[in-house]
Amino acid sequence: MNVELVLFYAFAALAVGSALAMVMNVRNTVASAMSLVITMVALAAVYVLMEAHLVAVLQIMVYGGAIVVLFVFVVMLLNLRQDTFPPARQRAAKALGAALVVLAIVKLLSLMPGALPDAVADLPEGFGGYRDVGTALFTRYVLPFESTSLLLLSALVGAVVLAKRRLD
Amino acid sequence: MLETIGKILFVLIVVMGAFLPMITWVERKQSAVIQDRVGANRADIAGITVLGLLHPLTDVLKLFAKEDFVPEGANRVMHLLAPVIALVPAIITLAVVPFAGVYDFGGEKPFSFVVADVDWGMLYVFAVGSIAAYGTILSGWASNNNWALLGSLRASAQMISYEVTMGLAIVGLFMCFQTLSLQQMSLAQDSTFRLLGFLEHFGLFETLPAWLSWIRVPTWGIFLQPLGFVMFLTCIMAENKRPPFDLPEAESELVAGYHLEYSGMRWGLFYTAEFLEVPVIGCIVTALFLGGWSIPYLDTQTLISGIGGTFGEGFATGLTLVLHVHAFLAKVIFMIWLQMLIRWSLPRFRYDQVMDLCWKIMLPLSLANVFVTGAAILWLKELGA
Repeated sequence: MNVELVLFYAFAALAVGSALAMVMNVRNTVASAMSLVITMVALAAVYVLMEAHLVAVLQIMVYGGAIVVLFVFVVMLLNLRQDTFPPARQRAAKALGAALVVLAIVKLLSLMPGALPDAVADLPEGFGGYRDVGTALFTRYVLPFESTSLLLLSALVGAVVLAKRRLD
Repeated sequence: MLETIGKILFVLIVVMGAFLPMITWVERKQSAVIQDRVGANRADIAGITVLGLLHPLTDVLKLFAKEDFVPEGANRVMHLLAPVIALVPAIITLAVVPFAGVYDFGGEKPFSFVVADVDWGMLYVFAVGSIAAYGTILSGWASNNNWALLGSLRASAQMISYEVTMGLAIVGLFMCFQTLSLQQMSLAQDSTFRLLGFLEHFGLFETLPAWLSWIRVPTWGIFLQPLGFVMFLTCIMAENKRPPFDLPEAESELVAGYHLEYSGMRWGLFYTAEFLEVPVIGCIVTALFLGGWSIPYLDTQTLISGIGGTFGEGFATGLTLVLHVHAFLAKVIFMIWLQMLIRWSLPRFRYDQVMDLCWKIMLPLSLANVFVTGAAILWLKELGA
């Protein structure tokens, strides 16, 4: 076993463990959110092991830093408790969640055709760096990239419109 | 391996060992000078006060002697963890700061005076900085106190907002230097350009007269991106949460804000984090905008060959390294002075003013800066400059 494999298992276990801690913990929402941060950071470490440095840093910056901070912000503002949701809705949500988990597992298993290959691919120079990812994003994948930003923009405008109506 | 450990020790000794204890003293003395007072001068050992330099020592003694209190109903684990989360990012940011340049001592690889010379150094700074927000947010939430909670809500909104603008403010700089590595940026700033060279392209001069060619300016970030410098400094100071951006702890509104329920050395950790960020900000701004370790008008090659003529190449390289470290630290000290001056000159902003400044003034300005920089770079390429 080489060092990278040991590190991979350590961070993968941390990611899975903290993800479980996030969904199992129903009493304390902020603690759940913090578990999510640990999941994000552990995933970033796995990305580093895959030589995807830019994705790793963005993972921490965007997900670990900005998005979960917003989650925590909202959680602290609303101070949600479990009894806020009526039991009937909770049951429906749980059933839907279980179905989605089963679907995800089936999908994952169908993607794994037997044993994983042993060989390691040779990476081109600069793989995973900001230059290569940036060039790919703005040339080959420019249409998906721009349409994603349009989607986000429309979501943003929609959220503002909804919130504004309630405020006025 | 040994080289890396040596660099880490150097960074820790300089920043944690020298800057950190001195900075509380600088804060006290500089505020005293600004407000026409004498400042801290009472702490003494056997009657010797050395200009009040013993005050940091008495501060630490006092903090260790105080009771370390966790309020009733607080979330104990998070209450204990929050100050550590606030402090650690400030320390590990220093890993990508270049304290001196790249030197060839004849070894296998040239010696680069930065702990981790990674290609995405500036992204690392942003990533680490975004984690630092959790220390503030958790401290307020875990304290089970409404004032503290309000403080950390303010802190999270402020830090997220300014992170966005901080990133956009230096995109122009990235475009100028074509890199995200702080060492590469410092290397790019180790030269000069003719201030009036562009006149040749307007047909005013065939070639610039010699006396005008003499007017040269260092290729520092502050000269290439003056607006970027002002905006970046504002944003990074807002991230630091010291006055005039200390809304999260605004003592006249929120008692003490997010660290209201902290005492003893764990309050001291918040205090340390805030103070440590001042030299760390100095380091980053210096590396980005003030030419890093470079000495203006004296680039590395000139320096080494100048000294090397009489004393030999190896000695000259070593001496250049020492000079560059000193140039860097001198610029960092200047940045600390500047931050202290701003902190003691401006009153605290109102909360809506802080948010308006970020979203309504600096965000559009930083976007405009990106466009103008891009247009200028394209235009210069057209001209073949």
